[in-house]
Amino acid sequence: MRLILHIWRQRERNARGRMERYEARDLNPDMSMLEALDVLNEQLILASEDPVAFEHDCREGICGSCGFVINGRAHGPLAKTTVCQLTLRHFKDGQELYLEPWRARAFPVLRDLIVDRSPVDRIIAAGGYISVRAGSAPDGNAIPVRKEDAERAMDAAACIGCGACIAACPNASASLFTGAKITHLGLLPQGQPERQTRAMRMVVQMNLEGFGQCTNIGECEAVCPKGIRLEVIARMNRDFLRARWTGSGQP
Amino acid sequence: MQLDARIPSGPIEKAWDKCRFEMKLVNPANKRKHEIIVVGSGLAGGSGAATLAELGYHVKCFCFQDSPRRAHSIAAQGGINAAKNYQNDGDSIYRLFYDTVKGGDFRAREANVYRLAQISVNIIDQCVAQGVPFAREYGGMLANRSFGGAQVSRTFYARGQTGQQLLLGAYQALERQVDAGRVRMFPRTEMLDLVVIDGRARGIVTRDLVSGAIECHTADAVVLGTGGYGNVYYLSTNAKGSNCTAIWRAYRRGAAFANPCFTQIHPTCIPVSGHYQSKLTLMSESLRNDGRIWVPLNKGDKRPANEIPENERDYYLERRYPSFGNLVPRDVASRNTKAVCDDGRGVGEHGLGVYLDFSDAIRRLGIEKIRERYGNLFEMYQRITDEDPYRVPMRIYPAIHYTMGGLWVDYQLMSTIPGLFVVGEANFSDHGANRLGASALMQGLSDGYFIIPYTIGDYLASDRLEKVDPGDAAFTAAREDVARRTRALLEAKGTRTVDSFHRELGKLVWDYCGMSRNAAGLTQAIGKIRELRAEYWRNVKVNGAGEEINQSLEKAGRVADFFELAELMCTDALSRNESCGAHFREEYQTPDGEALRDDENFSFVAAWEYTGECQAPKLHQELLAFEHVHPSQRSYK
Repeated sequence: MRLILHIWRQRERNARGRMERYEARDLNPDMSMLEALDVLNEQLILASEDPVAFEHDCREGICGSCGFVINGRAHGPLAKTTVCQLTLRHFKDGQELYLEPWRARAFPVLRDLIVDRSPVDRIIAAGGYISVRAGSAPDGNAIPVRKEDAERAMDAAACIGCGACIAACPNASASLFTGAKITHLGLLPQGQPERQTRAMRMVVQMNLEGFGQCTNIGECEAVCPKGIRLEVIARMNRDFLRARWTGSGQP
Repeated sequence: MQLDARIPSGPIEKAWDKCRFEMKLVNPANKRKHEIIVVGSGLAGGSGAATLAELGYHVKCFCFQDSPRRAHSIAAQGGINAAKNYQNDGDSIYRLFYDTVKGGDFRAREANVYRLAQISVNIIDQCVAQGVPFAREYGGMLANRSFGGAQVSRTFYARGQTGQQLLLGAYQALERQVDAGRVRMFPRTEMLDLVVIDGRARGIVTRDLVSGAIECHTADAVVLGTGGYGNVYYLSTNAKGSNCTAIWRAYRRGAAFANPCFTQIHPTCIPVSGHYQSKLTLMSESLRNDGRIWVPLNKGDKRPANEIPENERDYYLERRYPSFGNLVPRDVASRNTKAVCDDGRGVGEHGLGVYLDFSDAIRRLGIEKIRERYGNLFEMYQRITDEDPYRVPMRIYPAIHYTMGGLWVDYQLMSTIPGLFVVGEANFSDHGANRLGASALMQGLSDGYFIIPYTIGDYLASDRLEKVDPGDAAFTAAREDVARRTRALLEAKGTRTVDSFHRELGKLVWDYCGMSRNAAGLTQAIGKIRELRAEYWRNVKVNGAGEEINQSLEKAGRVADFFELAELMCTDALSRNESCGAHFREEYQTPDGEALRDDENFSFVAAWEYTGECQAPKLHQELLAFEHVHPSQRSYK
């Protein structure tokens, strides 16, 4: 199998980038998209060209390292699938694909398909946690948690922080990502004391980082490899408004 | 080199209490005067960094990924053990201790394992309080499941993403400290050397993976939580970036490396499908709770699974181990799978696979129950193989998954270099020759949340440390070493890629130092590894420069260290003339093919000391005493 890959090449943050055309040969339908890039890179290295830089680590769809846009869609055409798990059997022999990095003002390109996603770490640092010192916890069964709440919290906690939601949003909003963490912690009894402060601080940080506003388009939900639902944004807005009302966590 | 495990005297139940009481404390006002480096941000490193910062220390935490949340702990699926006995099924701290020592085939240190079992209960409390969404029963209480190598239900889990949820808990605790200004995070920064001054670990040399800058960082203590070295096999279930460089550099600076040949082959992975394959995917061991493993009874039976009648199937684990059945420990399951495949009864295109069949469980429990328990794993399987495990049995084959060996540490988790602490998979301490399922997460968090925060304090309070400066001679020399190695890799300008060498090395190690080993093979492997390593430095091709993002260069440095480690693994495997746990030497087996230990001669930890470039390493033995769990042949029959 072979693919024509048009790939965004950019040497460093401040360099000008451009699309380059490559022909990747000797591919196999069972390969993942990243393995196809491995094959291409081996060809490039032997031809003394710079291999395509892309981020990846676990290659099991859980670490959130990988991700780029394929033919205009974050993580490619297959629903709930990161590029490391996207096999070539979903493409046609000889198909042309356009590979671009996540595009968002808050995510500058560092090289080729690699972007700087540190703003989302700072959103978590602003309040995406429950403040509990090691050693100070009560017995695990001291506070019962309704099964439905635990399940819904888990649905939201499944976010892998890949950034696809932000790349897909026309406003480059980080609302799905931020809402997922606010929802995960806000659904659990342990998360209640800081619930409003958390929402306020995380939303303020999200705005400071230069992410856009949510206008309920829903592209984020459509590309999320973990199926995070739009309703997490509604919960974020509700907790944020309540925090404004009560003055919790105001900067 | 002198090995002193510093195991507290007296009854084992009181050892950790006694040890904590005898530790010197650092005055709260003095804690902020100490700087501690933590390398790695996984369960052990991340939780350690967060907890040390909570206590008031200044922490610098390094990871090579773009964010601490990406550490490979995130990929752990099945669960975490704790002796809570919430199921009222007879579990206890003593039983978890017993199972772990036995599961490790009597090559772990009893006192460490006992402490691990004690701390296991605190870990669950801590994680629940952090908001880890563990599975719950309808009444709101925590749910449990059973796992390989145990007959009680003591495993806590969050669907098939337990590692992810525990790591996010530690990551969030870490980010909270970043926000508080007590942790400085250095993502995209790789440790390339350890700096030892006056015999103590005083800092590290790193490469900034974006700018390529080589930098020095000083500290009063250094903690390595850099994970295991399974990627020495090239194909493994580890993340692509997982590597041995940090621990290997520490070894070369004087930290003993213990039991390098104890590498765990996980029985349930998706089989290799082609030469292009870049990594292997694990299917959680929890699948063995409901899935039944079998192969056709007759060699060369190529019929599809559903056309093979019940009486022509061999459920070989249930047949050989009636009491544990499909839940035998990993080493036993893997070895038996290899045996049936070597016998020509493997399934799939290459015959390197066995069935993991859920049809009975689906009949018994209904498809919905199975979907609830394993839905995400089934999806993952289908995505990779294009086969639907609800309808046809999964095909699985063993793959390298975890490394029990690692840097030698004493009871306080300090290596043979004072001031260098090693936590999680990077150390050797708790799993002996074989790790039980759901024990890695437990050990990582135990080391990070509950052990080093105390033991580092004891170290810092015990001695006055002189001030060091990044301009000191030792730092400059280490920095130049790193720069020289980097240049050598870039200037070789050979004809082969890093990956092509890594694949060849991995195949050598898998063939000769994998699921089964023998003296002739190991001797041969050492020669071949040396030849390949020599070729590597002559003929590797790394394009680009050192002062930019250069992923080939990153890989090249890691593979260079894997070559040296591979040789030490084979040396260790060759010198251990017995079979134990995951280390199976073909010369030493019982008449029915089980591992045959030699407690008289090999009941020790093999700690290897580096003696110089291309010199034979020196073996030190830490003798193991078993006062509570008496060594017996492990029987899962």
